[in-house]
Amino acid sequence: MSLGNSASPLGKVRGIGSGHHGGDHWLTERATSIALLLLGVWLLASLLFLPALDVRTLTEWLRAPSGGVPMVLFVITAFRHGLDGLKVVVDDYVHDEGNRFALNLILLFAAVGGGALALWALAKIIFGVNG
Amino acid sequence: MLVSILHRVAGSGLATVGLGILTWWLVALARGPEAYATVQQAAAHPLGLVVLIGLTWAFFQHLLSGIRHLVMDSGAGFELGVNKTFAVLTIIGAALLTAATWFWILGGRA
Repeated sequence: MSLGNSASPLGKVRGIGSGHHGGDHWLTERATSIALLLLGVWLLASLLFLPALDVRTLTEWLRAPSGGVPMVLFVITAFRHGLDGLKVVVDDYVHDEGNRFALNLILLFAAVGGGALALWALAKIIFGVNG
Repeated sequence: MLVSILHRVAGSGLATVGLGILTWWLVALARGPEAYATVQQAAAHPLGLVVLIGLTWAFFQHLLSGIRHLVMDSGAGFELGVNKTFAVLTIIGAALLTAATWFWILGGRA
């Protein structure tokens, strides 16, 4: 459909591409990236400076709020950011709409399932009676 | 161009292998010393070491090129010279930080 030159700039672009929720996705990806910049450096530094990496030391570290809370935040943020990032890769390289939908759904399930498993493990470490 | 590809490769690796190992590590830790011993064995194996060093590199590369992307999102750093310098610095920085991290681990701990 040609709108000619008389159409307004908005009229020319309206309806020619998906608007959906790209803006939200883009912003979330950047917000989580800044959070992960802090949390990721914190996690690596913690692992490097802990006196040992055995069950006892790690459990003690995660049971203190200074270890457990940032770790919960890291898991949630990392899984969300990983999902958002992999979605961009899938959307860019998988051109068939059906395959793209299926792959994005698998990614969503994997990220939610993996994140839940990691959080369950953390809960067990933090609130468990053994160890 | 190269750094943009590295950003995606490193990010994809962190999201799949990295989060997989993180989850495995936490689950093993939750299950106790026997399960955790398996993780420790895998980490000490030469192949496990290669994976961990690879993840360390991916972490630093993605972190540094991620900062570059955030700066560029703000509209800065598009001048040809600045852009290229910044791109090269992320590669050099990631390599140096990975090397420093593993010198620290292998020199200080083992």
